[in-house]
Formats: sequence, structure tokens, C-alpha cells
Amino acid sequence: MDALLRQFFNVDIMVQAVPLILRGLGMTLLVCAAVVPLGLAGGLMVALAGRAHSRGVRVLVAFLIDIFRAIPPLVLLIFVHAGLPFAGLRLSPFASVCIAFFLNNSAYYGEIYRAGLDSVGAGQREAARSTGLTAWQAMAYVVIPQAVRNVLPDLVSNTVEVVKLTSLASVVALPEMLYSADMVRSLTYNSSPIVLAGLVYLVLLWPVVRLVSRMEHRLGG
Amino acid sequence: MDRATLFLETFFKPELIVRYLPDILSGMAVTIEIAVLVVVAGIALGLALALVRSLRSRFVNVPILVFVDVARAMPPLVLVLIVYFGLPNVGILLPSYAVLWLVLSLLLAAFAEEIFWAGILSVRQGQWEAARSTGLTYAQTLFHVILPQAVRLTVPPLTNRTIAITKNTALGTVIGVPEILNQATTAESFALNATPLMMGAIAYLVLFVPVVIAGRYLETRFAWRRA
Repeated sequence: MDALLRQFFNVDIMVQAVPLILRGLGMTLLVCAAVVPLGLAGGLMVALAGRAHSRGVRVLVAFLIDIFRAIPPLVLLIFVHAGLPFAGLRLSPFASVCIAFFLNNSAYYGEIYRAGLDSVGAGQREAARSTGLTAWQAMAYVVIPQAVRNVLPDLVSNTVEVVKLTSLASVVALPEMLYSADMVRSLTYNSSPIVLAGLVYLVLLWPVVRLVSRMEHRLGG
Repeated sequence: MDRATLFLETFFKPELIVRYLPDILSGMAVTIEIAVLVVVAGIALGLALALVRSLRSRFVNVPILVFVDVARAMPPLVLVLIVYFGLPNVGILLPSYAVLWLVLSLLLAAFAEEIFWAGILSVRQGQWEAARSTGLTYAQTLFHVILPQAVRLTVPPLTNRTIAITKNTALGTVIGVPEILNQATTAESFALNATPLMMGAIAYLVLFVPVVIAGRYLETRFAWRRA
């Protein structure tokens, strides 16, 4: 028991790790601030493109969504970070993370928006159009707001996943929270810094998880 | 060299494809093996936890809730690193694939428990009352009346979650599990060429595109209809 505490909840080591982990937290938040809006915007574009008139565009979008949902995000990230340099494209870890997660998250957010757009009855768009709104105005002011409201729990839940996903950036040496924590772990041979980082994630995300869980318990309602 | 040849030489170099195909295939075997074991263990444990929770005893519900919430709020890679680097120092030696299996199974169990529980809750109370009033015991009601209806509701969200968590087998590369990504990055560092990474990505597509498409089919087939 004592050994467990020393290995996982060593307060002395945790205190030493705090400055580095806080700096890592700053980078984690910065990555989130880039990746979440990128994914939300990309997803909306994907969902709208999935409703294009041209059949070719629709098939292409469905194909791309399936591809990016099938490839693990870590694979995509390592491909962008370690593969593209061979093609002469060398990106910073931050840029690699943004691009890889933009592709992955757009597919996931896109599927959620698609469900949302499907859930708004065609009558809404027709009524909006008949009042003289253009197709884009009807989309932006009538359909999308209702669509987003209908899938809000899924959007929030996916955003939790995106925040958790940013921890993968540690693999390409972006000094975010997990990377910083793992650095202290490798110096001290003690897991407490990673436990501390885990606790920070828990504090950040637990309220959101609770919220999502409350919303989800109305499954199929 | 023109652009097309350069592209092919970088991502699809024939002799490298031939040289590293066996490695990638063995990585696929490892990925499939771990994924199957994770799905079986995770869904079984998740269902068991949801059934225990349906007894509505505060005594067991609080630990289940804490477990589920922690699992949902923690990045999988954090848990993998804690278990992999922490346990040996307290005298528990687990091989890296066992660590990966354990962590992913627990994560899937947590999400599956939430989904099954939401499914059980969404079966109308009248179903319980009607079943019990015909003389079925609590367990009979649960297994013959409630679960068959609840499970149908859970198929779409559970499929999506299961796909997401099995894709996390790629995290095994960080702790040296010889799965697809690990084989691909090792080969890449020997070959100094992106072809093995492309092969790895294609291997994931071969494995998971059918699953994603099947998931989409299940989603429409089992569209949420209130039981």
C-alpha cells in the first residue's frame, strides 16, 4: 500500500512537477483553442458538402469521412509528422497536430452535424424559403440553429473526446501536458507526475462528462 | 524525377512494399487479436456493471459511477502510461500487450456501462410493471423483457464507441506493442521512406472501413425507436 502511494501519489514529486505541468497545460489549452474551432468549422463544411446537389461531391465526402473515421488519429498524426517530411513537407509539431486532428475531427463533427441537419424537417427550409430568404439564409438562420440544438449533447461529447485526443500530441514531442508529465516521470522514475496530469484532465473534463451523461440519459426519448 | 515518380517513390516504393509486407501483416494480426479481446472483455464487463447498477443499491452505484466518470474524462494514453510505467515499480510485471488490453477493456467497459444503462432506463416503466405482474421474477423480467428491448436501442451508440476504442490499439506503439503502427514506424526508420507508414495506414483502412460501414448500416437498421 505504501509502495503504491509512493509510486502513484508521491506528493513531493507532484509538487516538483507542478510548474512544468502548468506550462504543459497552457500548451494543451492552446492546442484545444486551435483544434476545436477548426474541427467544428470543418465538420460543418463536411456536413453541408454532404448535402450538395452534385452526386460526385456527395460520394467523395462520404468516402473521405469513412477514411478518416477508419484511421486511428495517432496513425494520421504520425503520418503527417513523420511521413510528409520524406515528400519534402516538414511541419512543426504544432502544425502537424492541427492538420491531423483537423482531418480526423472534421469527419467526426461532420457526422454529428449530418444527423442534426437530417433531424430538421424539410418544411422548415421550405417555409423559410417561401418567406423570401435565400437558400443560404434559410440554412444559416433557420436550419443550422435547430440542427445544432438537436445534436448539442453529441457535439459536447465529441469535444470532450477532442480535448482528450490532444494528449496524443506528446508522441510527436509537442510539449503539452502529458509530454511534460512524462518528462518528469522519466527523470524521477515515478508515475506521480502522470497521475497529476490525469487529475488535471479529470478536473477539466469531469463537469462536462457529468453534463453529457445527464443529457444522454434521455436516450431515444 | 517528375512529381508523380517522386510521389510513388516516397509513398509506394515497390521493393519496400515487398520487404515490409510480412511485418505489416503480423502487425495486423496483433491489432486484430487485441481488438477482439478488448471488445469481448469491455462489452461483457460493461453489461455486467449496468446489470449491477439496475439493482439500484447506493453501495455499488457510487463506485461504478466514479469508475465510469474517471474513465470518460481521462485520455487513454494517460492511463496506458500510468499502468505501463507504474505497475512494475510496485512489483506487478505485465507485458505491454496485456497493459494495452487491460486499459482499453476498462475504458470500453465504462462507456458500454453508460450506454447499456441509458438503454435500460429508456425502456418504459410499464414494461417492468407488466412483466412483474405476470409473475416473472426480477431477474426474469430483466433478461427476458427489459434487456432485449434495451440492447436494441444501444446498438448504434455502442458500435460507434467500440470502433473508436478499438482504434486506440494504435496507442500500443508508444509502449512497444508490435501492432500495425509500431511495425510501420519501425520499418519507416529503417527504410528512411514513408512507404511503410502508407502501408500501415492502408492496413487500418482494410481493417476498419468495413467496420465503419457496418456501423453505419446498423445505425439505420436499429434507428432509435422507443421501446
